[in-house]
Amino acid sequence: MEDALLIHRLQFAFTIMYHYLFPQLTMGLGLLIVVLKVIAIRKNDERYHESARFWAKIFAINFAMGVVTGIPMEFQFGTNWARFSTFAGGVIGQTLAMEGVFAFFLESSFLGLFLFGEKRLGQTGHLLAAFMVFLGSWISGYFIVATNAWMQHPVAYTVAADTTLHVNDYWGLLFNPWIGWQYTHTMIGAVITAAFVMAAVGAYYLLARRDTEHAKIFIRVGIIAGLFASLLVAFPTGDGQVKNVAAHQPATFAGMEGIFETKEGAELMLIGQPDMEKLRIDNPLYVPKLLSFLTHNRWTAEVKGLQAFPRDQWPTNIPLLYYSYHIMVGLGTIFIAIMLLSAFLLWKKKIFEARWALWILMLAFPFPYIANTAGWMTAELGRQPWLVFGLLKTSDGASPMVSAGNGLFTLLGFLGIYFVIGVLFLLLVIKKINQGPAAETTHS
Amino acid sequence: METLWFVLVSFLLAMYVVLDGFDLGAGIIHLRAARTDDERRLILNAIGPVWDGNEVWILAAAGTLYFAFPLVYASSFSGFYLPLIMVLWLLILRGLGIEFRHQVHNPLWTRFWDTVFSLASILLTVFFGVALGNIVRGVPLNQEGYFFAPLWTTFTVVPESGVLDWFTVLFGLIAVFTLSVHGAAFISMKTTGEVNERARSVSRIAWWGSLLCSVAGVIASWSIRPELFRNFASYPWGLVFPLAGLLGIVGIRYFSGKQDERRVFLASTIFILGMLGGTAFSLYPTLLHASTDPAYSLSIERTAAQHYGLTVGLVWWIIGMTLATGYFVYLYRSFKGKASVPTDGTGY
Ligand code: HDD
Ligand code: HEM
Ligand code: HEM
Repeated sequence: MEDALLIHRLQFAFTIMYHYLFPQLTMGLGLLIVVLKVIAIRKNDERYHESARFWAKIFAINFAMGVVTGIPMEFQFGTNWARFSTFAGGVIGQTLAMEGVFAFFLESSFLGLFLFGEKRLGQTGHLLAAFMVFLGSWISGYFIVATNAWMQHPVAYTVAADTTLHVNDYWGLLFNPWIGWQYTHTMIGAVITAAFVMAAVGAYYLLARRDTEHAKIFIRVGIIAGLFASLLVAFPTGDGQVKNVAAHQPATFAGMEGIFETKEGAELMLIGQPDMEKLRIDNPLYVPKLLSFLTHNRWTAEVKGLQAFPRDQWPTNIPLLYYSYHIMVGLGTIFIAIMLLSAFLLWKKKIFEARWALWILMLAFPFPYIANTAGWMTAELGRQPWLVFGLLKTSDGASPMVSAGNGLFTLLGFLGIYFVIGVLFLLLVIKKINQGPAAETTHS
Repeated sequence: METLWFVLVSFLLAMYVVLDGFDLGAGIIHLRAARTDDERRLILNAIGPVWDGNEVWILAAAGTLYFAFPLVYASSFSGFYLPLIMVLWLLILRGLGIEFRHQVHNPLWTRFWDTVFSLASILLTVFFGVALGNIVRGVPLNQEGYFFAPLWTTFTVVPESGVLDWFTVLFGLIAVFTLSVHGAAFISMKTTGEVNERARSVSRIAWWGSLLCSVAGVIASWSIRPELFRNFASYPWGLVFPLAGLLGIVGIRYFSGKQDERRVFLASTIFILGMLGGTAFSLYPTLLHASTDPAYSLSIERTAAQHYGLTVGLVWWIIGMTLATGYFVYLYRSFKGKASVPTDGTGY
């Protein structure tokens, strides 16, 4: 049973991390494509139209990957987490079913119209289709984050005689106090990814001295969106998340921040390695008292360390939790720096000639993916050992009858298939980028 | 209330089979009906804008099952662990076959994805048929309501049989033949010329397969679980389902003769709805029958979520499905008429 549990966890973690590589770009790019189309129509500028068409192609390939890797997620609640589904299906079945009914139908119907219908629908109709695709993906994000928020902070349920949970307050479930910051933070994280990707493609074209007119559009839109999003992801949304975790999952909070001892005026740990034998941070680099200030707005407020909690309530993998969190926050700080600098150069009209800055923009695009993944790892590892916080242990959630051998077979299968389709996906995207946005005009 | 949700889940599944059924069917006959690159692009163009939307019906069905009958969702999905994960792999490959094929203009690339698309469509259809066969036959549930079915054991119908035995494989065959007819009807409606001709000739052969296997399927169900037919005796109005099925299958033949492509497709739809409706009707009120001990069977009363959830669910479900129906009508309207292959290299 022990190894079966490990395999279920590895399979779920692998497939969800892989899935999330695609929706983050979909959700961000959906917004940016709407922006490009609006400018194109208002300025009646063909280059913006071409840019929108170019990104629609990347979007389509990315979306296809999101769809095919998303369907396994929906099913794995049943296949791998049967006990969890029996226990909590009466609540989270609601949000998951609503995602299908309200979001996926919308997205998938209008995507067909958006990709195939520019001539049939006319420009306004086409903009509407683009908007509906964007809306669908953000609604999808809402329901899935609502599902996750409930697992972090269960509300609006009653316990039946057979110990299963059932929803008893529909709006309470949809407006779980945990959702507000989690949803806005996640969506803005997605915009960061799209903004960096768009700017990176623009920077690549400029550095390669091709498609310069489109490249400038990509860089301009990418930097402006990226600047706003990088600031918003830290404040207020990231800050709001921290305060939620500190209030409702204090042991998780201590693990994330790497605080072992309770003290007044706790320091903010910047770098250092958690040492779980000696229960301290090795090689620490920190800012005194800042953590107390950031969480409680008082320099001397008390922050509970891990030692204030019984060991069985500690997150199960503290070093990984701590690193994930610090990677996210560290990268977030770097994004703000990159975008402030680029926006300054853009404002001074120097960015298109500053090749060193273009190099930075071009090479930076993988990091938002890392930050988003690290963020989810923070949330999910921080919740351990609970699957539904305070109510169901992860070890009690797996499917009772699926053996480790069968689980390993499917885990290996997912690894193999996802590796191959990942390679093909990259090839196709590289090919599209090399064709460039202008190639379109010679065609149609 | 539970009964209503039983009906709604069955309805979503039946809609899935009708809608994704025609693009699965198109995939089954893809390699035979279309020979040249242009012909194959034509078929993919016909399903290109709609296949993803069609697939969402199974997600909606699974989601609805999840919140209305959580234990059934958990039990069946974990019990059919291996075949379901394989279904997921096939869905992945098939979806990418449709979406990736047209991205590179290289004969090896397109031939590879055509084959993937068609094989995945065939295997998926077999699996879906087999799944239905398993539900009709029953599975070895334990007291708690869980089970684990290996892929096969002895291929005979015994309490501990695997996912595949002669009975469920028969259902797999019914599915393949029926969806070939259905897909061919869709393709002939959407195309002209040689593809249209070939689709109709495939359909003529598959029609016989569908008829014979369906009759065999009914007899086989009678022989292994006669009690399945009790509902028809108690509520004779349920006979409308098999009658509709009969009408549908005769209608396919009749309208094919008259070359009325739209009515062939309609008849095929009615055939599928009739057959599935009849199956759901005879299973009611059991969702998952236990081959071990009938007392372990998962019925709707035993597994339904609480009243509050089912009631609010109904409100948003009706709103959501009305919207979804609206999108579908709009989508299909926008792409109505015969499909074509654009000459500028865009599209599929
Ligand atoms: C580009 C992506 C990105 C960046 C730069 C940041 N985050 Fe983040 N963060 C996410 C993307 C993300 C995420 C992927 O969206 C997560 C995962 C789960 C969630 O709610 O959002 C997340 C989770 C998450 C959590 C965990 C919530 C929980 O346990 O449920 C906290 C406390 C923060 N973030 C705080 C921050 C702070 C203070 C940042 C300062 C710069 C920051 N994040 C930057
Ligand atoms: C919002 C929707 C999500 C839901 C409902 C969800 C739910 C779950 C569930 C049921 C598990 C398995 C039990 C466990 O090991 O804790 C899990 C684990 C995990 N998830 Fe999520 N998850 C979601 C999003 C994500 C995303 C987007 C990522 C990463 C990009 C992610 C990363 C992980 C990781 C790394 C684990 C393994 C944690 C561990 O085993 O310790 N999750 N999640
Ligand atoms: C365990 C959690 C998850 C499940 C069960 C899940 C399920 C799915 C499914 C079934 C699809 C395909 C829909 C279609 O056919 O059109 C999909 C795509 C999508 N998912 Fe997920 N998903 C999960 C995690 C996430 C997370 C964490 C997010 C974002 C916050 C997200 C956002 C999306 C979006 C926007 C799409 C549209 C396709 C795309 O963007 O590539 N999903 N998901």
